[in-house]
Amino acid sequence: MNTATVPASGSIRRRLIVQLVAGAAVLAALLFFVVQDLSRRLAENAQDNVLIASATSISDAMRVEGQAITVDIPYSALSMLGSVSDDRVFYAVLIDGELLTGYENLEGPEGGGAATGRYAGDDVRVVAVERTLSVAGTLREARVIVAQTRSGQQAVRATIAQVAATLGVGFFVLSVVSGILAANAAVRPLRRLTGSIARRGPDDLRPVTAPAPQEMLPLVSALNGFMERLKASLSRSEDFIAEAAHRVRTPLATVRTQAEIALRRVERPENRAALREMIRAIDESSRSAGQLLDHAVVTFRSDTLEQTAIDLQTLAEETAERLAPLAEMRDIDLIVAEDSMPAPTRGDPILLTSALRNVLDNAIKYGPEAGRVTMRSYVEDQYAILSVEDEGKGFPDGEQALTGRFARGANVGGIVGSGLGLTIVEEVVSTHGGQLILRNHPEGGGACVLLCLPYLP
Amino acid sequence: MRAALLALFTLISPVASAYEIEDRTLFAATGATADVTLKVLSTADTDVFAPILRSFQADNPSVAVDYITVSSAEIMVAVVEEQEAFDLVISSAMDLQIKLSNDGYAQPHRSSATQALPDWAAWREEVFGFTREPASIVLSRAAFDGLDLPRTRPDLIRILRENPDRFRGRIGTYDIRQSGLGYLFATQDSRNSETFWRLSETLGSLGTRLYCCSGAMIDDVEEGELAIAYNVLGSYATARLDGGDSSVIVLPQDYVTLMLRSALIPANAAHPDTAGALVDHLITDALGDDLPDRPFPALLPMGQDAATAPSPIRLGPGLLVFLDRLRRENFIRAWEASMLQ
Ligand SMILES: Nc1ncnc2c1ncn2[C@@H]1O[C@H](COP(=O)(O)OP(=O)(O)O)[C@@H](O)[C@H]1O
Ligand SMILES: [Mg+2]
Repeated sequence: MNTATVPASGSIRRRLIVQLVAGAAVLAALLFFVVQDLSRRLAENAQDNVLIASATSISDAMRVEGQAITVDIPYSALSMLGSVSDDRVFYAVLIDGELLTGYENLEGPEGGGAATGRYAGDDVRVVAVERTLSVAGTLREARVIVAQTRSGQQAVRATIAQVAATLGVGFFVLSVVSGILAANAAVRPLRRLTGSIARRGPDDLRPVTAPAPQEMLPLVSALNGFMERLKASLSRSEDFIAEAAHRVRTPLATVRTQAEIALRRVERPENRAALREMIRAIDESSRSAGQLLDHAVVTFRSDTLEQTAIDLQTLAEETAERLAPLAEMRDIDLIVAEDSMPAPTRGDPILLTSALRNVLDNAIKYGPEAGRVTMRSYVEDQYAILSVEDEGKGFPDGEQALTGRFARGANVGGIVGSGLGLTIVEEVVSTHGGQLILRNHPEGGGACVLLCLPYLP
Repeated sequence: MRAALLALFTLISPVASAYEIEDRTLFAATGATADVTLKVLSTADTDVFAPILRSFQADNPSVAVDYITVSSAEIMVAVVEEQEAFDLVISSAMDLQIKLSNDGYAQPHRSSATQALPDWAAWREEVFGFTREPASIVLSRAAFDGLDLPRTRPDLIRILRENPDRFRGRIGTYDIRQSGLGYLFATQDSRNSETFWRLSETLGSLGTRLYCCSGAMIDDVEEGELAIAYNVLGSYATARLDGGDSSVIVLPQDYVTLMLRSALIPANAAHPDTAGALVDHLITDALGDDLPDRPFPALLPMGQDAATAPSPIRLGPGLLVFLDRLRRENFIRAWEASMLQ
């Protein structure tokens, strides 16, 4: 069988992994940035809240004394800023834009609120709170600005960024691992199916029945359908061959009968010789047709192998009896050896008979006239063995492929044959889980064929 | 060389230093050579601080120390206004130290010693507390003859009100307009309890005398000039009254104000590393057991659980509040109104 090489268009597993990993990377990066942004906002918010509380408490402490506004900065207004971090603190109280007390040139967002800015060489978060006071009938705009450096906030953010990074990397690694596992798991049923089909024997066309994932069911059922069709078409062609062989054999039998009748009537020796030659050719043709039929039967029956108990000794004796007329035609003695012993196995009697008949047929064909063909059954190494020996020239040297279809050896000479005999034998033996051994008798004697079948008492 | 330098110093210093120096002592290097001369600006008296410097020099023989004693207010003049470069500033006025750090006049210092400091004893890795000193009341036993010794401020107020003639003109306390430490103690008193203003009224009504420093007050109690010295540094009192039986130091039981003496390295220090070593020395000393030759109490309360002991004034931005111009003016006005009747 030749395997057509199909070009691979990528790998599902690799594609799955790449997609999962890419997705995980995007998610991890997203996670990192979201956590970081959130933490920045939370930290900023927390700082803003304290700053606003501080500025508000200063603003609330403002009072009018005589004609002037004064303020006693509450202790808590600044100490609360120190409770969160060791950041520098600046404040200013302005009345109508003029510094009442606090740090000079400290600027906050107009109209109140929080902002980020710089003061005294540092990044600061600064808030402003505004209030209108009435002093001696005139309205005065009071503005309280409180600022704090941001190293505490930055430290918190650095910690959170580190946590976020660890989280992101951890998430990514986890996703990659689980992605690879998932991809492998996804591809595993495919591999299993491939394996189960690759392990099958050449004629095993049974449907796949092992459970498969839902997504693979169409593939499996398509495969099963395909094998069904293949099997149907195979059996159709076997049927066809069987039918053809049968159709050829029946008229041949009629012709042979007619030839024999004619032979009896004809007196002249040259006419008799011609008729005998004709009968021989008819026999050969019908044997070939029979082998074609046998072969078709073997292929067909081996799908659902029968398991009958069979003793090879009995089989040898029965077959010897049946083939005796054929052997007699060449004056050949077809015997079962005295030292044979019962060799039980299990299998299909029709197939095994057909195999043995083909072996004996060869032995009679390739053995010398008036020779002897010996069958012997015995048990050895858990094998029930039936050997067939003849006294011919044996198998030609160096030919291994005699069991191939229509394969014939170099030693055939004028002997007619189809090359199917040993093919049938080999197929029968191997469907029964046995082994066919072809060898020659060590002392120059003829061929020795061993049918080794499982010993099953 | 050094002599020449010193001569130069003396020549130019009247011009350069507008701040008022109380005392200036050079602790020459104990080793063969003087690699570094640390310029230390401090509020602690030279003789009080000398043992610490000597033990530091024992470990660092090539370091000479130029020790300059000033009042805490003068530190601000020297560092902020004059911008003169010092290697270390040591002060008992915690609020001023915080202000220096907050306003960017200090530089951070990080070491295993500073890491060992409890949280409350340091700020921004720039201000490091190394003592824990209570504000106490020193009483002359003779003056209280026949009277119970006061244990709390309300006690004291009651005794003063009941015996105005016995104590008139014989009470001393800080002039908070002159002394940074006095101002710190007074403002903390005012935060802690309303009693402060009642006490001030009472003290004012009895013609209380105002002092610049703890030392002078204690001396006057010793000599019988004063019957009561209020808000005196307990550590100085213990040192000066050693052995004597005529005076008694009272830690008020209603509340005790605990001050941390602290050190910081100015941003423009010429030898910040050596200054850092001296800071580490102060901290290691402060965290150790109270050594007999150590002039200051240890940072952690002796024999007391740190968690239950009264906590000292917190180093933090809250201290900036009383340095606010308006707040200070208002506070001093109120204080003057009650104290100088
Ligand atoms: N008993 C035998 N002695 C010698 N050669 C044999 C014998 N049996 C088979 N062979 C060789 O094996 C070949 C294949 O046998 P087979 O498949 O039966 O084909 P066929 O007999 O039709 O030629 C034969 O052509 C022959 O060369
Ligand atoms: Mg044959």
